[in-house]
Amino acid sequence: MTKEELKSYLEKTFPGMTQEENIDFPVLWVEKDQIFEVAKKLKEDEATKFDFLFDETAIDWQTHFEMVYHMTSTTYRHDLEIKVKLEDRDDAELPSVEPLWKAAEMYENEIYDLFGIRFSGHPHLRRIFMTNEWKGYPLRKDYQDDDVISL
Amino acid sequence: METKDIKHDEFVINVGPQHPSTHGVLRLELWLDGEDIIDSKPHLGYIHRGIEKMSEALGYKQFIYLTSRMDYLSAHISNQACSLAIEKGLQIEAPARAQVIRVLMAELTRLASHQLWWGALGLDLGAVSPFFYAFREREMILEIFEETCGSRLTMNYITPGGVVNDLHPDFVKKVKKLIEQLKGNLHEYYQLLTGNVILQARTRGVGKLTAEDAVSLGCTGPVARASGVKCDVRKLHPYDGYDKVEFEEVLNDKGDNFARYWLRIEEMKQSIYIIEQLIDNIPEGSYREKLKGVVKLPAGEYYQRVETARGELGVYIVSDGKKEPYRVRFRTPNFSNLNALRPMLKGAKIGDMVSMMATLDLIIPDIDR
Repeated sequence: MTKEELKSYLEKTFPGMTQEENIDFPVLWVEKDQIFEVAKKLKEDEATKFDFLFDETAIDWQTHFEMVYHMTSTTYRHDLEIKVKLEDRDDAELPSVEPLWKAAEMYENEIYDLFGIRFSGHPHLRRIFMTNEWKGYPLRKDYQDDDVISL
Repeated sequence: METKDIKHDEFVINVGPQHPSTHGVLRLELWLDGEDIIDSKPHLGYIHRGIEKMSEALGYKQFIYLTSRMDYLSAHISNQACSLAIEKGLQIEAPARAQVIRVLMAELTRLASHQLWWGALGLDLGAVSPFFYAFREREMILEIFEETCGSRLTMNYITPGGVVNDLHPDFVKKVKKLIEQLKGNLHEYYQLLTGNVILQARTRGVGKLTAEDAVSLGCTGPVARASGVKCDVRKLHPYDGYDKVEFEEVLNDKGDNFARYWLRIEEMKQSIYIIEQLIDNIPEGSYREKLKGVVKLPAGEYYQRVETARGELGVYIVSDGKKEPYRVRFRTPNFSNLNALRPMLKGAKIGDMVSMMATLDLIIPDIDR
């Protein structure tokens, strides 16, 4: 599907969800409780077949978090970006998409490690880069490392 | 991934972080039953430098040079990805000469990277001489890089708007000599390793990865193409004039170690073919678009995909209009290709682990960032 076709298809399939467009991809805003169902529909629907999650990451906007999913279809070669807003910065949690794309396991481990966002339904959430005892989440904007000495 | 309780006939061993076959500091935890591998789990972070966090403190022209330290064998291509993302934000395009130079450098990088992989694969499987044969041509490529870029590994040559300086006067002559020599010597690669009985026995039918697994696990590059998944970014989303050159996306549907081995050798031929088409047709003109001293991108987000020697590298820049990027994310190919190790190792013999690691061609600093 082309960008326009995909946009009108999404509007039909997920009425009421906000759509945007950036320079590269169409963007679909999803509520955090619905992310698993929406992702499942997008992956299993014959018309979209988003079977390849090529990136999953988060952005810290200081007032809230934003989850970003980049996916593509190896059949139709169209791309889509899904965004989820997480209001609660201290207790950020949302459903994992690991049952749909196995690649998400490591992406979500990384996000948990560096942002402190938890994923319910993830088989084994762990810190992959930092040690288990590490205090704080480095990619948050308010992260302070006590060991850093400013010159 | 669940941690298992250790049963009495099951034991756990650590491979790495200093194990030579991991090509860096990767630690694998293996659950074994005799010689059979029951499960595996990678432990990362031994060379985590926080490149994404560091990038948030540097300017747009500065942070791209940190990416040379991620996949150190594809330094040119990582720089190219960042430059393209920034150019996308500024809505400019590199001059025609710079684009051709970039493609030439990228393909030379791919050749050098595959040659190092080929030599190291020989070492891993117990053959020492391929290493010296591979380094004979690789040395020529690094010399070409050194003349034009000033360094051999972390080149920092490609910059937003073009390339840092013009080509060395001897560049064309030396590349032609390299191509001639490489084409004459490629049969040695077959004689030394490809036809070798030990290599065939250790790679054919070992380390199978199905196409469904490759897609679900997010594998890209030669690893996915050896399982029959079309994923060459140069074909799917052409950048820097890759749509103007002819080449073939090499595919194989076997998905085993030998398929990955064969695929990289064939890819080297395609790289040579691309270089041959361009080396006599480098356009004249400027090699760099003049940019302001401090680059500021309009607020928004920019995503750029490129094909490194190991797969798809995605650079995701979020800008809030200031002179530093608000957030930079690198979707590195090795991070996802590492996922393939677990299904491959399950049920395999521990002796095959080394050949699987060798054909996956993992670069650990690229995983850890």
